[in-house]
Amino acid sequence: MLNKDINPNIFKRNIDKKSLRDGFGNGLLISAGNNKDIVVLTADLEESTRVVDFKKKYPKRFFEVGVAEQGLVTIASGMASAGKIPFVTSFAAFSPGRNWEQIRTTIALNNVPVKIIGSHAGLSVGEDGATHQMLEDIALMRVLPNMQVVAPIDYEETKKAVIAISNIDSPTYLRFSRSTSTLITTEKTKFEIGKAYTLWEEKDPAVAIIGCGPLLYEALKAARALSKSGISSLVINSHTVKPLDEQTIVRAARTAGAVVTVEDHQTAGGLGSVVAEVLAQNFPVPIEFIGVLGRFGQSGAPAELYKEYGMTKEDIVKCVKKVLRRKNL
Amino acid sequence: MQEKANKLRADALKAIFKAGSGHSGGSLGAADIIAALYFKIMNHDASNPDWESRDRFVLSNGHVCPILYAALAEAGYFDGKKLSSLRQLGSPLQGHPERERLPGLETTSGPLGSGLAQAAGIAAAAKLGQKRYRVFCLTSDGEHNEGNHWEAVMFASKYKLSNLTVFVDRNFQQLSGPTSEIMPIESLTTKYKAFGWNTVNISGHDFSEIEKAVELARRCYQNPTAIIAKTVMGKGVSFMENDHKWHGKAPNKDQLKQALKELNAK
Repeated sequence: MLNKDINPNIFKRNIDKKSLRDGFGNGLLISAGNNKDIVVLTADLEESTRVVDFKKKYPKRFFEVGVAEQGLVTIASGMASAGKIPFVTSFAAFSPGRNWEQIRTTIALNNVPVKIIGSHAGLSVGEDGATHQMLEDIALMRVLPNMQVVAPIDYEETKKAVIAISNIDSPTYLRFSRSTSTLITTEKTKFEIGKAYTLWEEKDPAVAIIGCGPLLYEALKAARALSKSGISSLVINSHTVKPLDEQTIVRAARTAGAVVTVEDHQTAGGLGSVVAEVLAQNFPVPIEFIGVLGRFGQSGAPAELYKEYGMTKEDIVKCVKKVLRRKNL
Repeated sequence: MQEKANKLRADALKAIFKAGSGHSGGSLGAADIIAALYFKIMNHDASNPDWESRDRFVLSNGHVCPILYAALAEAGYFDGKKLSSLRQLGSPLQGHPERERLPGLETTSGPLGSGLAQAAGIAAAAKLGQKRYRVFCLTSDGEHNEGNHWEAVMFASKYKLSNLTVFVDRNFQQLSGPTSEIMPIESLTTKYKAFGWNTVNISGHDFSEIEKAVELARRCYQNPTAIIAKTVMGKGVSFMENDHKWHGKAPNKDQLKQALKELNAK
């Protein structure tokens, strides 16, 4: 059943949806009001990345660098070394997609607190197609020393994540999707960088479903369906991919004995890989992965794409049954 | 000043010889500009590297760091004996400069074309905070092949970063050969001007011209300034001068001896 801090209405019809981008924009305004060192840089995507309100309220702290993602992050690096906390916004496909080396050298190795905001991550970009559906960003950023990687689940959590990352002194990557998605968490739901938490919990779970991002809504629907057919589960929101909450992940694997990971990203190199690495070292159990399996995306409505790429509630149910067969061998 | 610059040259070459690798040619060519900045032009305090009001120096072409290390040592940021640890395991003097390892460095650099953007970021932050310090950046001419550099050129012009001055170390050489063959970049002056920059052309080995150019930059309140400084790669050591083969090479013992003799150093 659902954790008590989770929106109890998520399975109802016509449940409210909101965009994570708006969560980012609103969280940014709150953070910026509390900290005058926060500046924003964007690469000709002020509207799409929801920094227009910031620009209106703090015009001097807003910098438009033009369509120049390498400049975006290197200029931000300089600002950070001069005491600012720069938030740099673009589509994830371009930043960190296009400017990885600049991020590696001038932000991660240089260890300055630039906050890299990758919007439009995942298949949920939809009709714009493969070039704009960033499916490799977690992989690119999680391998960088000093870099933290956060992928929130919904509007409310994105807002909290922005406030949290503006208070830590490390380089950080925050990724979120374009489309609106179900409000899963509430203002009351606790959020702390590096702390995974349970969204759905049943007694004697047979499987732990561990994921990040809005796709966890499919995982929750799958958990409910599985429960009805007598399979109990845990669903864990591992919003911080790096540093991973190893304790919570290992405990979940111990309790359930089998794991399915869920993310809107390539299965190679993403949260699934991170979880598999930690469990391989600490408590090996059968694991299956929901995500994009070594293909690029394509144009289509997000719902059609999730179906085409095997990332729906039904696919998660199937995947759980598969991992349970391996568990019970 | 010339004596000071030649001492930096000698110290850099000794460190590169000891390390067995490193970038001799560019280090020698930039020596006079670096010496002028650290010993004449910039406000800085070796005993307080994080002094808020210091002028900032951003080395974009990080591979010429031996000459910067020599200057930082000479200025008292660290004990000159440490220069012999260049490129060794655990040394603060990395093969390419890392800010976190050595007080006095403003950025981490090596991959080309990113320094001006960082310098522009610092300059923009300074303007925003109404700080009076100035930001200097040294770039190589080869770096002008990089898109990242020109992105910063546009940004600095748009935000009227008059507190930013870039030195272009115009030695007409890059790693594999002459800049005119690898990727022609002329006319650099016209290009900077077209992008809205104030430009000054000087010899990068003439101290009075270097100082005068910086003074002109200081008096320009509207635009950033590009000082295009003609230099000789390997300057001061006859057999290294104008030979791109010395881009990334260390001298052997005899070559070092000869070089130190030419530089009047021991």
